[in-house]
Amino acid sequence: MEFVRREAPYIAPKANVSSMMLQVLVALIPAALAHVWYFGPGFLCNLIIAAIFCVGGEALVVRLRGRSPLATISDYSALITAVLLTFALPSLTPWWVTATGSLFAIVIAKHMYGGLGFNVFNPAMVGYIVVLIAFPMDLNLWVAPHMGDIDYQYLTLLQTIAYTLTGSLPETLTFDAISRATPLDAMQAGLRTMHTFGEIWANPIMGNFGGRGWEWIGNLTLAGGIWLLIKKIIRWHIPVGVFAGLLIPMTVMYAIDSSANAGPGFHLFSGATILCAFFIATDPVSAATSPKGRLVYGAGIGFLIFSIRQWGSYADGVAFAVVLMNMATPAIDYVTRPHIVGHPRRGQRQ
Amino acid sequence: MSAAPTYDLGKLHGGLRLQANKSASTAQAIHKVPVPAQLVLPIAQHVGDPAQPVVGIGERVLKGQLIAEPDGALGAPVHASSSGKIVAIEPWPVSRRYGENAPCIVIECDGEDRHIERAEIPPAYDTLPPDVVLTQILQGGIVGLGGAVFPTAQKLMQAVTCELKYLILNGVECEPYISCDDALMREYAREIVGGAQILLHALELDSGYIVVESDKPEAIHAIADVLAEVSDDRLVLKQVPSIYPSGGEDQLVQLVTNLEVPSGGLPTDVGCLVQNVGTTAAIYDWIINHEPLIARVTTITGDGIAQPMNLDVRIGTTVADVVNFVGGYTDRAEQLIIGGPMTGKTVTTDRVPIVKATNCILVLSQDPALGPEMPCIRCGNCAAVCPVQLLPQQLFWYACADDEAKIRSYGLTDCIECGCCDLVCPSHIPLTFDFRMAKARYREMADEKARAERARLRFEARNERLEKQQKARDDELSRQKETAQQAGPEAIAAILKRKQQAKDED
Repeated sequence: MEFVRREAPYIAPKANVSSMMLQVLVALIPAALAHVWYFGPGFLCNLIIAAIFCVGGEALVVRLRGRSPLATISDYSALITAVLLTFALPSLTPWWVTATGSLFAIVIAKHMYGGLGFNVFNPAMVGYIVVLIAFPMDLNLWVAPHMGDIDYQYLTLLQTIAYTLTGSLPETLTFDAISRATPLDAMQAGLRTMHTFGEIWANPIMGNFGGRGWEWIGNLTLAGGIWLLIKKIIRWHIPVGVFAGLLIPMTVMYAIDSSANAGPGFHLFSGATILCAFFIATDPVSAATSPKGRLVYGAGIGFLIFSIRQWGSYADGVAFAVVLMNMATPAIDYVTRPHIVGHPRRGQRQ
Repeated sequence: MSAAPTYDLGKLHGGLRLQANKSASTAQAIHKVPVPAQLVLPIAQHVGDPAQPVVGIGERVLKGQLIAEPDGALGAPVHASSSGKIVAIEPWPVSRRYGENAPCIVIECDGEDRHIERAEIPPAYDTLPPDVVLTQILQGGIVGLGGAVFPTAQKLMQAVTCELKYLILNGVECEPYISCDDALMREYAREIVGGAQILLHALELDSGYIVVESDKPEAIHAIADVLAEVSDDRLVLKQVPSIYPSGGEDQLVQLVTNLEVPSGGLPTDVGCLVQNVGTTAAIYDWIINHEPLIARVTTITGDGIAQPMNLDVRIGTTVADVVNFVGGYTDRAEQLIIGGPMTGKTVTTDRVPIVKATNCILVLSQDPALGPEMPCIRCGNCAAVCPVQLLPQQLFWYACADDEAKIRSYGLTDCIECGCCDLVCPSHIPLTFDFRMAKARYREMADEKARAERARLRFEARNERLEKQQKARDDELSRQKETAQQAGPEAIAAILKRKQQAKDED
């Protein structure tokens, strides 16, 4: 009887990339729904545009590279880029802004470097930085959260679609009437104009810890992140590093002067902190790879977010922090190599 | 009857809890496979140089008779596993990768299974000095039965030159499906403990651990019972959790003693000697019952086998004969693996014989297609399970880049090829295979380099020698010239005259 040739091991691996990516997408659904609830259907419009350009852009590039587009897009990684980029954009964003960010993320940041597994930078964050610099006005237009008691006018679904496609508001509305500063913007601007923390907190956009609405998006993002931890799609090192790098210095600052600094709770639940810790910084391709390296990498991102929020000209800074630490990844990987069993430990004589 | 307590254990990084799949083969007692029509005995069943046949074609041999003796410093003899006639000494497919051919001695059995008579029965081992016992073990053809098949006697002789502290008996059969050691411990605990006592005597040690995984309660009880009976306080039973690959030699040392075997070194470097329980029982059989290593317990299992079980089978019985004995294949039989599902080797034919190394015959159906290999996304799952704490994702990166310096600094040669990383890789990259290939490539390159270096040195030495000879000739010539010139024209004339005379005389 004849038998086949195979190579050990003969037990099939259970995990696969597509299902990992799919679980990341699933974990983001609650936060996405909350986003739609508080900031309107613009999120979905942006998501559709981003998905079309990310996935379409990937299919096109892969085709040009002479590989199978279907096999590549079915790993869902381009879709994750689209979703993360959408989370970063204001709910009212003209389609060309989203498209530019998506194409830059996929074509330049991902496939110019060799595609999945070879990209040095987090594609979604590169895409976001590009549009942040190229379209600063559009990226500033955040609407107030849908809380009921905040006085502003809402856009209907049709008006939102019209804005996405044309970039212009209905004649009855002005930008000033619908846009509000984000809690991070309000906090940074307020503190820098010598208002106290207490005065700024009186703004109706502020909630218990962070901005109203933002807190709930944060809670649901956190829930998704914890689910990913339980499912072992991500490990704890990067989130813990990010939180430690951001919150420890923030707490110190707050303890020194609680009127001139916002507390750690505010920073945790405002902006993209939680999304960054569980979904952006944890992109394994562009992150450090050993457990110790991931702690360092996460802490570096956290500290850079702290620095940018505290002293920089941007109110948040997650994208810059992540991309800067992406650059440091090879060095971190090199210096945080784990001890190989049987080799002399550091400082031990051979 | 007392259960062994679990002792404080050292830490082992990573590893996997795998589905054991052992109950199918341990449901029944060990069955004895009858004498087959033909036995095929490879002359190289051990690490080291192949043994040299000492029998000729047509010669009749008896069970236990020496048919090939060790050649070179590292080797083990081969004995006939039954009585019969030598019909061929020829290449035959063996359980190397894919079933390549290797020289084998083929015996046509007469079915009488007549035993050779031993010329003299040596005195009891505990009355003999340790080094004599070691020499006796050398003659039993005993090799490590855990799969490494390193000649046991040489391993012991190396060990006695080191500062030994512990003998560790390896009953940690961590690879799925394989249950031959479990079965052996259940039914031959007395032989294992007896073998351990022989080893303690031969190594002049007074401390030994018998290590068994906690998911083998029957084996633990059997060993504990015998230990209670012999009340030898040198031997201690130790339980360890069943995590693959804690049965690897270095991993077991780390688990039991919390000491790391140095990279490229041996357990004896940290004072430990590890022996598989099967090897230990074989030593007992040889020293006490004077039966050389001509049979072993082997697991035959998998969804391709009608009746999985453990077998007491003569070395040299072909897989086909063994499969017939257990009721044949099922229609799911597609892969024939010699060894376990993590580290075994596939062979293409069941004509291969059972050898000393064969702990398991695993016949499996094929897994459904996995889909294509994807790029590494650096998720790090591989690093989390690596028992040697390597970063397989980085090794893979440098293997693809063919960067030898980097891949070495990331510990390629420390990889034990356990296969854990493959099992957790979401991109389905055959990491272990890639590392095996990289090792082979760099080993080949190093050999090539060494050969070139030797040739260069030879060439340079030759040039130097030629130069020296030339210089010596030149020196001699100029010295003669000088002497002649110093002596003046008369002397030159005298020399010329002497030369002329010598010519004339010719």
